[in-house]
Amino acid sequence: MSVAEATEPVSTADGRQIGGVLMDMRHITLRFGGVEAIKDISFDIREGEIRAIIGPNGAGKSSMLNVISGFYNPQEGEVWFRGERRPPMKPYQVARQGIARTFQNIALFDGMSVLDNIMTGRLTHMRTGLFRQAVWRGGAQREEMANREVVEKIIDFLEIQRIRKTPVGRLPYGLKKRVELARALAAEPNLLLLDEPMAGMNVEEKEDMSRFILDVNDEFGTTIALIEHDMGVVMDLSDRVVVMDYGRKIGDGTPDEVRANPEVIDAYLGVAHD
Amino acid sequence: MTADQPAPAAPTSIPELLARNARAFARRTAYREKEYGIWQSWTWADTAAEVEALALGLLSLGLAPGDHVAIIGRNRPALYWAMVAAQRCGAVPVPLYQDAVGDEVAYVLEHCAARFIVAGDQEQVDKVLEVQEGLHTLEHIVYLDPRGLRKYDHSRMSSYADVQARGREAQGALLPELRARTNALGYDDTCVMLYTSGTTGRPKGVVLSNRNIIETSRNSAEFDRLTEREEILAYLPMAWVGDFIFSVGQAYWCGFCVNCPESADTMMTDLREIGPTYYFAPPRVFETQLTNVMIRMEDAGRLKRWLFHRFMAVARRAGPALLDRRPVPARDRLLYRLGEALVYGPLKNTLGFSRVRVGYTAGEAIGPEIFDFYRGLGINLKQLYGQTEASVFITQQPDDEVRSDTVGVPSPGVEIRIADSGEVFYRSPGTFVEYYKNAESTASTKDPEGWVATGDAGFFDEETGQLRIIDRAKDVGKLASGALFAPKYVENKLKFYPNILEAVVIGAGRTHCIAMLNIDLTAVGNWAERNNIAYGSYQELSQHPQVLAMMRDHVGEVNASLAHDPMLSACQVHRFLVLHKELDADDGELTRTRKVRRNIIAEKYADLIDALYSGKSEIYTETEVTYEDGRKGRIRATLKIQDAEVVGSAERMAAE
Repeated sequence: MSVAEATEPVSTADGRQIGGVLMDMRHITLRFGGVEAIKDISFDIREGEIRAIIGPNGAGKSSMLNVISGFYNPQEGEVWFRGERRPPMKPYQVARQGIARTFQNIALFDGMSVLDNIMTGRLTHMRTGLFRQAVWRGGAQREEMANREVVEKIIDFLEIQRIRKTPVGRLPYGLKKRVELARALAAEPNLLLLDEPMAGMNVEEKEDMSRFILDVNDEFGTTIALIEHDMGVVMDLSDRVVVMDYGRKIGDGTPDEVRANPEVIDAYLGVAHD
Repeated sequence: MTADQPAPAAPTSIPELLARNARAFARRTAYREKEYGIWQSWTWADTAAEVEALALGLLSLGLAPGDHVAIIGRNRPALYWAMVAAQRCGAVPVPLYQDAVGDEVAYVLEHCAARFIVAGDQEQVDKVLEVQEGLHTLEHIVYLDPRGLRKYDHSRMSSYADVQARGREAQGALLPELRARTNALGYDDTCVMLYTSGTTGRPKGVVLSNRNIIETSRNSAEFDRLTEREEILAYLPMAWVGDFIFSVGQAYWCGFCVNCPESADTMMTDLREIGPTYYFAPPRVFETQLTNVMIRMEDAGRLKRWLFHRFMAVARRAGPALLDRRPVPARDRLLYRLGEALVYGPLKNTLGFSRVRVGYTAGEAIGPEIFDFYRGLGINLKQLYGQTEASVFITQQPDDEVRSDTVGVPSPGVEIRIADSGEVFYRSPGTFVEYYKNAESTASTKDPEGWVATGDAGFFDEETGQLRIIDRAKDVGKLASGALFAPKYVENKLKFYPNILEAVVIGAGRTHCIAMLNIDLTAVGNWAERNNIAYGSYQELSQHPQVLAMMRDHVGEVNASLAHDPMLSACQVHRFLVLHKELDADDGELTRTRKVRRNIIAEKYADLIDALYSGKSEIYTETEVTYEDGRKGRIRATLKIQDAEVVGSAERMAAE
């Protein structure tokens, strides 16, 4: 891919501006022993877009997300982030770069309140050390107030005011998912990774979650990469879709292009009936 | 007070009261709203400045005197300011119900020819945009919460903050004009127009003058000795006359503080944090709270449960009497004081009622048990009777003279007359000016001497001298036998059971009465959980044999108590069923204030009513429902019909 192409803004159907390439995955291959989870995959994520990765079970979607988040280091290939090649990193270093994520199986602190859970998302923005935190007055206090303000805006945004002080363990599943999204947002990420944000939700919860994802993208301009099983949701939400099957990329493009791709239809959507 | 002797220099409009408060109470808090988890506050001086900026902005957008400005959204300080800002420009605020559907909004906007609407958020803006096509008069939307609205076409839309900024910029040029308009407001000019929810037909715009609002606010504030130190929680719909009187009329007259909750869901937490001193809630809210308390007590440990029940018995016995300052035995007095420390105090604190000095309920009959529960805790809960056309107050209960089955003595300045038909008429300083653009209805409701028909049947209780309301005058009918039929009276008796959320009794012109019930999902669901009764849906629970048996017991008990009243013993419910869905305002079955719309229900459920009067033991039915987003669906169910135990006249004779 040439540099000129990479920085050229694209306009979407609904008039949103999609910027240049934010993250570029080049020829990624990931192996676990003899198993090749990802085979030579290349695709990019542009600034401001909603990018979906879909595929049947075991296609390597979550592995791909874990490569982006720095949890796995691929044996081959390069990860380019903001025009620079990213060396192998620890997940916390990746987080510092402005990449936040949610998990397929909710990973919150059950005993802590919703507010405290979301506050943990601010960790990468905290600068005061242990000693100043212990003294509390002054810098640490100012920092906490500033962080709390960011968190409260997110609570307002996701409409979870009523459960602010509720321990996460007492919440129903759908709300936990929303709290997880809130925690990821609290990091004020440039790139937000969502691992099956709608898994196990009922129709109403899915609708709510879809609206929040669109709102986050629209309001904060956050770039979003998501993995999702629910085809309807993916096709409605995303600007562009990568389709994976057995670790290979078999399709890449707008939802309409992907839907018309015969290989994708065979592999994932099933053979079309007349 | 009559028209020819206005008190000198007394404020004659809400903006004048605001100016007075900004001088007299400049640094007292006028508004509080919880946002981002913190209570934000505005003093009266801040409020005056905010209102002025918005008024100037509206002026620069071309708001003309006499225009109607619609306001729609949840209770927020900025929306209250919008009402006063409209008044400052010589325009009339028209608050709308925030949960009104598109059609209803369109009807009102068209009817009052509003040129401007102030909308709370994207949801409300969407609703207006949806119906805007057909509206010729609507020119501009001002929205408060900008979330999600950034990319909308802004040619006919501005944010509230932008309008205020525009107003501040234009201050030099427009302030003289604004002052002139505010000063021109007279005592008999329109203060506000409120659309009644209307149990029948289209809503009517009730025009209330400054005189109506200010005199009513003054009288009622003096009646309860309200001061600038009161705190209230504004959570009831802004379109409802009560909220206008409490949160605008009385608040501006007294200069007290109006607190707005963070969201509808956090209302209970916010209530507790604020601890209002003056509180209004419809019986439904008190019922729900009591149900929640009872449910939580069932789940509490044994010692706590024992303490609670032991001391609540004392409270029921001694509490109301202590409140009314009637004599109480020394032992009970002592026990009550102990109970206050152990049970009542903490409970009131949990409910947010620690500081309530004056509490009111109205709109529906309240169950005596519920009423006595709160009175027993030492909360000065009273009843009032009112309607939009009266600027709320018709009767209210004085401290120390509170009963659960009456609605009080005539409010200061109100005259009451009972017609031969039993219908209650009143005349008061708060009596509305007219129904907007509806001379016919005005004439049929208000006679030339100013007497207004309430549409309710009632009488003065001989023992207490207070008014008692039995039912809507038009609903009071006759059974085929000629016996008196008062459906609401029976429905209320049924609804006093926590397990019954709603009841509709039918019987006018028939041989006997039948009923359709709604279970209360909170209460019955919890009962099911405790008794290991599995259910998959509301529908399934409602038809569970044990639930039906429970309902049969309740109906039987109501029948037994009706049998004691010779006038109403014919109203006993012979057969009933439990409905498969909750009656809902979105389906037109209830009004927005949750009153049963009898005709619509009779029409919609005609098949069920037929089955109840025929000998069938069950009936299959399909019902159309409207979801919150306006889509429609159908639900199907087979309902079982139950026979209730009726106390026959022969039996009653024998018992006597």
